[in-house]
Amino acid sequence: MDAFTTLTAIAAPLPMANVDTDKIIPARFLKTIKRTGLGANLFDTLRYEADGRERPDFVLNQEPYRRAQILIAYENFGCGSSREHAPWALLDFGIRCVIAPDFADIFHNNTFKNGILPIRLPRELCDLLMQDARLGDNARLTVDLAAQVVVRPNGAKVHFEIDPFRKHLLLNGLDDIGQTLQHAAKIDSYEARQRQEKSWQPGIAI
Amino acid sequence: MPQDKPRTLFDKVWDSHVVERLPDGTCVLYIDRHLVHEVTSPQAFDGLRTAGRRVRRPEATLAVVDHNIPTSDRSQGIAEEESRIQVETLESNVAAFGVPYFPVLDPRQGIVHIVGPEQGVSLPGMTIVCGDSHTSTHGALGALAFGIGTSEVEHVLATQTLLQKPAKNMLVRVDGTLPPGCSAKDIVLAIIGRIGTAGGNGHVIEFGGETIRALDMAGRMTVCNMAIEAGARAGLIAPDETTFAYIDGRPFAPHGAAFDAAVAHWRTLPSDADAVYDRVVTLDAAEIAPMVTWGTSPEAVLPITGTVPNPADEPDEARRAQLQRMVEYMGLIPGQKLTELVVDVVFVGSCTNGRIEDIRVVAQLVQGRRVAPGVRAMVVPGSGLVKQQAEAEGLDRILRDAGFEWREAGCSMCLGMNPDKLTPGQRCASTSNRNFEGRQGPGGRTHLLSPAMAAAAAVTGHLTDVRELV
Ligand code: SF4
Repeated sequence: MDAFTTLTAIAAPLPMANVDTDKIIPARFLKTIKRTGLGANLFDTLRYEADGRERPDFVLNQEPYRRAQILIAYENFGCGSSREHAPWALLDFGIRCVIAPDFADIFHNNTFKNGILPIRLPRELCDLLMQDARLGDNARLTVDLAAQVVVRPNGAKVHFEIDPFRKHLLLNGLDDIGQTLQHAAKIDSYEARQRQEKSWQPGIAI
Repeated sequence: MPQDKPRTLFDKVWDSHVVERLPDGTCVLYIDRHLVHEVTSPQAFDGLRTAGRRVRRPEATLAVVDHNIPTSDRSQGIAEEESRIQVETLESNVAAFGVPYFPVLDPRQGIVHIVGPEQGVSLPGMTIVCGDSHTSTHGALGALAFGIGTSEVEHVLATQTLLQKPAKNMLVRVDGTLPPGCSAKDIVLAIIGRIGTAGGNGHVIEFGGETIRALDMAGRMTVCNMAIEAGARAGLIAPDETTFAYIDGRPFAPHGAAFDAAVAHWRTLPSDADAVYDRVVTLDAAEIAPMVTWGTSPEAVLPITGTVPNPADEPDEARRAQLQRMVEYMGLIPGQKLTELVVDVVFVGSCTNGRIEDIRVVAQLVQGRRVAPGVRAMVVPGSGLVKQQAEAEGLDRILRDAGFEWREAGCSMCLGMNPDKLTPGQRCASTSNRNFEGRQGPGGRTHLLSPAMAAAAAVTGHLTDVRELV
């Protein structure tokens, strides 16, 4: 996973609430056995006509938002399925940061595992950033994870909260499995205890 | 550990699975059961391979194929190439890593959330995960069960644990007698209508109250299945005699003395009487009516007697735009009666309502009636064993005679990854759980409802108040 430190990039406005995972990447694109290549179908039904032509009114089909690396949206972003194809599609398109008032839990988890930073900010601040994101070539935000601030085009700073453990993993590009395996001895002894205490709990053998 | 203060069911299951608590409150949480399917696992197995890791506990893992597979004759294999590759990839992964697996032609194959409880793989007090959001279904047994992404699938395969922070506790209490024509599906749709699709964010919802207690296991699974549509991390129902009777004798459940020992433990799980919840919502069952969704979010739900809302009545601008989009996408006219909506397709199945109890309800209603002209109606059993059971009871005959298609087990038109899809503009009465844009096929229009309501729509050809038919 790539570390996330600071990012200065175009922010795209997506003023929709409840952007579900089927919107981010419809089920018919989940047949891949890879993590890459999904960016072409990010927001597929919003982005393309049935015949495959781009819809000119969709923000990511417009300049400079084709190069956006930050997305500003409204409540409950990423609701629906657990498909990690949603963050994979965002990442493959180039999105490294999503800012919204809140996120669905599983999607929120999944973003961190892929080096994408989800930032929760109150609706009023999302509204301000949404205005910034409408500035076209000037819609540039800087996200500084170490300092926990978003710097607006006018230089004003917006502070955000983030879980310290997740911040640490993201800043250093650490993967969770490596972290957990540091506790391998504890897992072993937990399992040994369970085998005694819950000896009635069978394993699955076919 | 806070043993002295009263605890909820969630607290108890959580506490007993904490392997290690990190300084910031993140826990290394032990996972008892890991269910795996073909769509969200290939990249996880790949990750293991790249890192030279093995599956830590294959005997705590069970794999099935469900999302991609055709539900017509399968003896000739899968025609669609990408689906076939995904299934073959799972088969080579389970073989290489020694993971127990029900292949497509095994009668025990089916939708992962139907198979787990049916086989006794999912048990009370366990932590259960799967790379699928509707893992919340298994909470009906009193297990802490939740969906995870593919990176977490890899994490569980490698370590049998997850890094998680505890959720908040929410209690949804439903009391009173459910009116005729209503079922578990109507209860959960009414709950989502009340609290919204983000209402449960950050919480685990425990469903309690006398109406929930009175549900059979199939109904409880329907309710917990849709906890995720309310945004909850998981749904939970305290295990009781109904639960124990359901589990007794299932293939992978404990048997004999071990079963008794298990039940003794399971009896300690229900929330303490004075346990405190972060949020409590109460519903009166008597006020629930047969429900149907009209829009493209499960919270856009109304009693069948309702009319299509007018977006112009909504004061909030963003919300108004969203309602407007729903009305347009769904091809509706504000003020229109929901019972006027003509359906093209009726889909009975999915992990929400693909159990034998659901199929019985449909068969009973359509017996001696015919599917309305021009309607394509299908029943897709949740597992091969559900299918066998239905055939043993003669339900397939009743359904076929009425004009239903009777298919093989799988996810099917719940998400249209296999050939069962809506075409653009088609309107579907569906017993599944998601009505998002394009969920059942690009341009398709989904109305979520109960099996009884689906049966009623099938025979009349439009959304119908099932109470008029019984
Ligand atoms: S039936 Fe539908 S909701 Fe259930 S696991 Fe399959 S695709 Fe997901």
